[in-house]
Amino acid sequence: MNNNPPSETRSVVVERDIPHPPEKIWRALTQPHLLAEWLMKNDFQPQVGHRFNLRGEWGGVLDCEVLVVEPNNTLSYTWNHPHDDPAFNLKSVVTFTLTPTRAGTHLRMEQVGFRPDQRQAYGGARSGWENFLVQLEQVVARTA
Amino acid sequence: MPNTNDLLFKTLADPTRRALFERLCREGEQTVAALTAQAGVSQPAVSKHLGVLKEAGLVRDRHAGRQTHYSAQLAALAPLIDWTSQMTGFWQSRFDDLEDLLKRMDQ
Repeated sequence: MNNNPPSETRSVVVERDIPHPPEKIWRALTQPHLLAEWLMKNDFQPQVGHRFNLRGEWGGVLDCEVLVVEPNNTLSYTWNHPHDDPAFNLKSVVTFTLTPTRAGTHLRMEQVGFRPDQRQAYGGARSGWENFLVQLEQVVARTA
Repeated sequence: MPNTNDLLFKTLADPTRRALFERLCREGEQTVAALTAQAGVSQPAVSKHLGVLKEAGLVRDRHAGRQTHYSAQLAALAPLIDWTSQMTGFWQSRFDDLEDLLKRMDQ
């Protein structure tokens, strides 16, 4: 099952202009102790083929493998959440692209490859809001 | 899409409003009087909350005689349940933390 490509690819793009140079943002994306401060605890290394985990506060663990390392420019890795329940199973690829601008850097994050029935995010327990949404979803599922 | 989410979040951020909406989800259509009986706030307050929920598309009203019946509009939740918009929210919030970190870092 895990070898099947997602039957429908979806993509999330989040872009932001950040008033810091690409080199500095690159450090925050690739140095484990810095990455841990804004994303998740990890054993990341900026080497193609390196396998690592991202560990969320909610207890979830993501399986990742580095795909692309172009310093100060492009970083890409798999972002998989294996789960017995297909509804929670997730295979995706995250790609960060840094483009220098006059004011700093244009940072683009694209995540592709969701299953079409992927509804509850792996981070679903992260906040009260998302908890609420999960509960609401259950309510909706019962009443639909 | 972000504006739709903002409105939904704002609307559901109020616990009384959320309780009303959840009850309509669980129990189906209700009159204002029936909702007031369990809401713990006055009928005008309940009506006001229902008005806000209606504005956000979360409930629909139906007039029958002197009674107004309200029902939940589950489709209005689609933007929140949609995985893609949840992930967008996740990354936006991570990028907020990234920017905070960058401010603290040395050049």
